[in-house]
Amino acid sequence: MIISELKPLDELQLALSACDKLFLVGCAACATACKAGGEEEVFKLQEWLATQGKEVSGSVVIDEACHIMRAARELRHHRNAVQEADALVVLACGSGIQSISSNVEKRVVGGLNSMFLGNVRRFGHYEEMCSLCGDCILNETAGICPVTTCAKGLLNGPCGGMEDGRCEVDEEIECAWRLIYERLQKQRRQGVFARRVPPKNWSRRRQPGRYRLKNGGR
Amino acid sequence: MSQLAQQLAGGQFVVTAEIAPPKGTNLAPALDGARKLRGVTAVNVTDNQGANMRLSSLALAAQLQQSGTETILQLTCRDRNRMALQSDLLGAAAFGIENLLLLSGDHGKFGDHPDARPVFDLDSVQMLDMASGLMAGTDMAGKPLNGVPRFFPGAAVNPAAEPFELMFQKVTKKVASGARFFQTQSVFEHGPLERFMAAMAPLRVPVIAGVLLMRSAKMARFLNANIPGVKVPQPLIERLEDAGDPMAEGLAIARETVGWARELCQGVHLMTLGHEDQIPAILA
Ligand code: SF4
Ligand code: SF4
Repeated sequence: MIISELKPLDELQLALSACDKLFLVGCAACATACKAGGEEEVFKLQEWLATQGKEVSGSVVIDEACHIMRAARELRHHRNAVQEADALVVLACGSGIQSISSNVEKRVVGGLNSMFLGNVRRFGHYEEMCSLCGDCILNETAGICPVTTCAKGLLNGPCGGMEDGRCEVDEEIECAWRLIYERLQKQRRQGVFARRVPPKNWSRRRQPGRYRLKNGGR
Repeated sequence: MSQLAQQLAGGQFVVTAEIAPPKGTNLAPALDGARKLRGVTAVNVTDNQGANMRLSSLALAAQLQQSGTETILQLTCRDRNRMALQSDLLGAAAFGIENLLLLSGDHGKFGDHPDARPVFDLDSVQMLDMASGLMAGTDMAGKPLNGVPRFFPGAAVNPAAEPFELMFQKVTKKVASGARFFQTQSVFEHGPLERFMAAMAPLRVPVIAGVLLMRSAKMARFLNANIPGVKVPQPLIERLEDAGDPMAEGLAIARETVGWARELCQGVHLMTLGHEDQIPAILA
């Protein structure tokens, strides 16, 4: 899921300084799961806004804020409250914020910083394991992503900073290449070590990404 | 052919040193320092070492080369993508620079611009392939070059790294990608160096052992905490700590290491960090 966190309150305060009445939007998917933009956080935001002397005209938690059509439908349902507000405050990832901003003329204030595509280690602990490079190498690296979990994204083995199998960037973290090497050894195969991996094709990840299912998905 | 390439090919024991470009435009101290070096075959010019922003290694190396000092141009993958790296290598060739040390580069976290976006478009193996490609007359896109560079590409290795086999996999890849010599991280122990050199023997690629002049126990601890891949063993720290004259002890340690290099390797790379005047004493 997309891991996001609440922006610093002084930054929000500044962004909202010209607005008195606000409509609040949360997201029931990722932002709810990482406790940044669910029912509970929307309610807490409302309480904080009250302490700042702001009025709230209404709120909604959208099923998946990144779904542009669904966001449009939900905003239509709350037409009057949205109309009344000076701005909308969105507790969703940057994608969700933009579904909202592309559906209304009004000012939209994002309340979260979006960080990464994260796995859940346990409740409240998230780890980035994939950075969506568009050209997946996992089948050669025993299911461990060097593009993301090596701090330098190296493709041909560890850097000179590896110390006792730990990463130079954070000694709490094991070097991705050591993990790849050990798991491949257990599986008795050479995997990625059998070849020199050529430079990555970053055109696979040209931004902004666009993708359409063939035959309209049928 | 560079002197470095010639001497290594001729089985001569080589000595290299290193100079860091200034933070700013004042090249005089670096040029002056290079002029005073004695008994050194070539000088490494570091590239934003430790991820601290400095004048470009290529600019200083070009100046040194033109004033008669042979250089080893260091180039890291941290700050440039594949286009910039190729441009810089062609530029280096135009200035007569042949010796290269192609590195991944320390992570930006360690330096003075930790907010910069790290590049790492290539890794060191891919950069060696890139240099080999340029020498064969084509760029990474397969386009022919008008004027083909001649390089003597080298790579870095930490001979004491664990797991050893994992580290050595990459050494093998670097050789396959065209590494013609290795310069090592600072060596502090005989055992790991011996093991590494035994593994290197079948590859027949010369190894220049890194020797660091430590001035005090405090400096050794600082290196351990702040320089990736450097691990000064506790007994050496204690030797420096107990010594009446830590600088003399540091010199003694460096001399011992040079002795191991003479026994096992094809040269030494002296990291004297501003004490280049001590080089003759280290080699004595
Ligand atoms: S290689 Fe890594 S970043 Fe790329 S798609 Fe696979 S898991 Fe994701
Ligand atoms: S120590 Fe390992 S994980 Fe860390 S940057 Fe180097 S190769 Fe990548």
